[in-house]
Amino acid sequence: MTNIIFSRKEFEKHIKITPEIQEKITMFGTPLENINEEEIEIEVLANRPDLISLDGFIRSFKRFLGKEFGIKEYLIKKPESNFKVYVDKSTKEIRPYVSCAIIKKINFNEVKLRDLINLQEKLATTLGRNRKKAGIGIYPLDKINFPLKYEARDPKEIIFRPLGYDKEINAKDILIMHPTGRKYEHLLKESKKYPIFIDSKKNIISMPPIINSEDSGKIDVKTKDLFIECTGFDKNIVEKTLTIIATSLAEAGGIIHQVEIIGEDNGIFPKLEKQKTKISINNVNKLLGINLNENQMQKLIEKMGHNYKKGIVESPSWRVDILHEVDIIEDIAIAYGYENLVPEMPNISTSGEESKESIVKRKLSEILLGLNMLEISTYHLIKPQEVEDYNLKESLELLDSKNEYKYLRPNLLVPMLRILSENKDSEYPQKLFEIGRIFNKNIQKENGIEERDNLILSIIPANATEIKKHIDYLFKMLNLDYQIKELIKPELIEGRACSIILNNNHIGYFGEIHPNILRSQGINMPLAVAEISLEEIYDLIN
Amino acid sequence: MNKLIDSLSQIERTIIPYLNNPLDEIVKKSGLDKTTVLRALGFLESKGFLKIERKSKKIVDLAVNGIHYKKNHLPERKLIIQIEENNNKDLNEIKSLSKLSENEFRAALGNLKKKALISLENGKLKISASKEECSRRFQEEIFLEKLPINLENISEQDKSALESLKNRKNIIEIIEKKDISFSLTESGKEIAGKKISLDLIEEVTPELIKTGVGNKKFRRYDFNIKMPSIYGGKKHFVNQSIEQGKKIWLELGFKEMNGDYTINGFWNFDALFTPQDHPVREMQDTFFIKGVEGKLPNEKLVSSVKKAHEEGIDNSKGWNYKWNENESKKVMLRTHTTCLSSKKLSNLKKENLPIKFFSVNKVFRNETLDWKHGFEFNQAEGIVIDQNANFRNLIGYLKEFAKKMGYEKIRIQPSYFPYTEPSLEGSIWNNERKEWVEVLAAGIFRPEVTVPLLGTAIPVLAWGPGFDRLMTEAHKIKDLRELYKNDINYLRNHNILIK
Repeated sequence: MTNIIFSRKEFEKHIKITPEIQEKITMFGTPLENINEEEIEIEVLANRPDLISLDGFIRSFKRFLGKEFGIKEYLIKKPESNFKVYVDKSTKEIRPYVSCAIIKKINFNEVKLRDLINLQEKLATTLGRNRKKAGIGIYPLDKINFPLKYEARDPKEIIFRPLGYDKEINAKDILIMHPTGRKYEHLLKESKKYPIFIDSKKNIISMPPIINSEDSGKIDVKTKDLFIECTGFDKNIVEKTLTIIATSLAEAGGIIHQVEIIGEDNGIFPKLEKQKTKISINNVNKLLGINLNENQMQKLIEKMGHNYKKGIVESPSWRVDILHEVDIIEDIAIAYGYENLVPEMPNISTSGEESKESIVKRKLSEILLGLNMLEISTYHLIKPQEVEDYNLKESLELLDSKNEYKYLRPNLLVPMLRILSENKDSEYPQKLFEIGRIFNKNIQKENGIEERDNLILSIIPANATEIKKHIDYLFKMLNLDYQIKELIKPELIEGRACSIILNNNHIGYFGEIHPNILRSQGINMPLAVAEISLEEIYDLIN
Repeated sequence: MNKLIDSLSQIERTIIPYLNNPLDEIVKKSGLDKTTVLRALGFLESKGFLKIERKSKKIVDLAVNGIHYKKNHLPERKLIIQIEENNNKDLNEIKSLSKLSENEFRAALGNLKKKALISLENGKLKISASKEECSRRFQEEIFLEKLPINLENISEQDKSALESLKNRKNIIEIIEKKDISFSLTESGKEIAGKKISLDLIEEVTPELIKTGVGNKKFRRYDFNIKMPSIYGGKKHFVNQSIEQGKKIWLELGFKEMNGDYTINGFWNFDALFTPQDHPVREMQDTFFIKGVEGKLPNEKLVSSVKKAHEEGIDNSKGWNYKWNENESKKVMLRTHTTCLSSKKLSNLKKENLPIKFFSVNKVFRNETLDWKHGFEFNQAEGIVIDQNANFRNLIGYLKEFAKKMGYEKIRIQPSYFPYTEPSLEGSIWNNERKEWVEVLAAGIFRPEVTVPLLGTAIPVLAWGPGFDRLMTEAHKIKDLRELYKNDINYLRNHNILIK
């Protein structure tokens, strides 16, 4: 998903923006984010990269508004004799796929040029997955001597002036010194050789997907003819990316000339092949809950820029999102208008059912609320300092957490003590409880992690007798008998702590927190707690 | 006046004879404790006999660790003694010899370096000052000796010690002390110093009930005085909202789904047709868990999901890439509760259709923590598995849910998710703020999802509205951190959700 800003003036050369049109933009599936006198900002979702450029957007939106129908056809010229790119085998393991096009007679202005650069950048980031699947290079045609060669060389043998530099450096240094080099270094760093385009005079014109050579130049408003290459690891995405750029430029008035690729994957690009999908009107009506006839359906399909003939939908080559009939059905729904779909609650009878665990948890909290206890709800993650303070080295750690919480909590005592130390200024006594999920390593489990629901009770100021009275009452209400056994646990005072045993299973403990712990957490009142695992209780209560 | 005197309580009457004295004297002479005297003064104030004046001053005093350090030396003192004895030894060795905690060690080391008493070279700690300088008392030590001290009276020298200690854990604390005095009003002057003996009944006792009241009067109670508050047990407000959401789905005939918060990539992403290079699967968005690996389900399901991704299934073209089993085994905190739905679908029996499930539960995202970002969220997941379900029904369910949550108007628009098609996004109309609030995300599961999981392409309506926006609206919370801050005062005083 990416936000795109168009010039309002350029937009209105095609379609005048009225409040009604603003609404239509959103209902077309490109939410209108912002609009003012100069600019219009929309969100383009990941499935429609063909809408990123103004020309691409207008092409589809015009049809949605009913101004045009079906697939837009472009004039396409066969490759001139030397419009060839030889692909060397050496690129196969490094960056295997190439697709190229030449666009002539384009008329740029500042806005249109910016639009193209933006399209190039956004396509490479989104569809191209940060230039990995596909990256794009655009050059003024007049500086390039065809035919070209795409090959991979030892980086020390790749020496040229990267864009913005006044002297030649080698490819390794580009990855270290050049800002774009550093940004995309990870794409080449591991390879022994780096890919380059060289022209017939042996000039290096670029090192994809990193940087063009300063000598092959940069396009500007005066550029009329362009050479475009697209390289990457995903054949389909490489071709689609090229198609989106080429047809967007054709929409702006340029003329597409094909380029012949000679190598293991021979071919002439861009292909602009239509994609065919079978569609059944029954499936459409059934999935959307509407009742279209074939004629109506055809109109809606054409409104979304496809063609339709006898059960077959032809979609334009620049659409990347048509994998299945359902993708066409969604387009039909958009053309029909989401606002015209009447909500309907189906008349099927099913019975609601709360899970056993939820029932037990709800009842437990009812009992505790009756004892005047206040429920808290804490994060499921704990801080490194807490792992150290309570010696919880076995805790499960997250990879690269962006905040101060970096481990999964292995019990509810840690967050409870944190909350108590943060609430020293609240009136005492504080009677708190929490029911929540805890996490511990256990290789027997599906993901190597055992999750349990626990209950913690905490009363401050209080001693162990006080908390035991609460446990007694709780188990009495649940109609369960529990046993106790003396327990030694570093956080608790010896002689004032017990295991809670249910059906011979140790399910928890209660006791008085040791003053050393209280001091280290800055708690200055006597504290008694109990923590109980609920899993056994779930089983027994069923 | 008489009524006022009738309403004097026992403690008020006890101190009235001493009212011409300052507070401390009253405590001494009346024999009552200070809290009781203050309470009595408060009562007298509300009756107009006197005026209480409170002045507050800030006192710096020792906190728990400070008391301990004052007795047993500051960590920096312990550390420097240790370094003097073991000059030029490895940092870690000194650390374990010093028996300081990680925190204490770090603070002590930093402070000694700042004082230029020691230096760290190639991992070794060295004394870099004279013996005399090292054994001289630190500013911090001198300062601790002086406590408690009035914040206003702190010298410039002590200020730097205060700053250095303030940021460390529980060494010192700044307490606000209130100085209380009072002055008598005209009516107060009238009664001050007098002995007021009243023949009033204080309390109803079993004795009194037996003997009867006779001609005696009861002492009047003054209900205008401020009484201490009481607080009841209460559900956490987040859970109150979750219960509200659950109740709605139960009423609509949905069964509750539960499951683990940790999940592997297969269920969270692959079974939901999310390609393995999708940005959501990167570390900057998702909490992956170190040192564990997930087990994949049965071979048949795995190969069917693999096929859906690589070449497509049920006439789909698929994503066209090489699917990697290891990516599926990565374990994470679930990013959506839709993984509960994918698991549920995989073990569903066809004879039980149509059937509907829901869950209102936690999901996680690797995010920073500030007023508008959090890393834990609540999602209200729902699925309807029904041969005859359609897109209009989906909108119908969402509309009904919104209505039961108290929102009459909803607006839907096209959207995109890898696992649903058609997809939609919806907003509800907040009538108070007069604005659309985006909360709904829904769609019909793609055949690439349902065919591997269910065996055939049965329509599955699915939605996963973020619940937190609705919740913060209901509780009028502006800062997301407040959701799990657990400020007890706030929890005690926060109104209960009546829905």
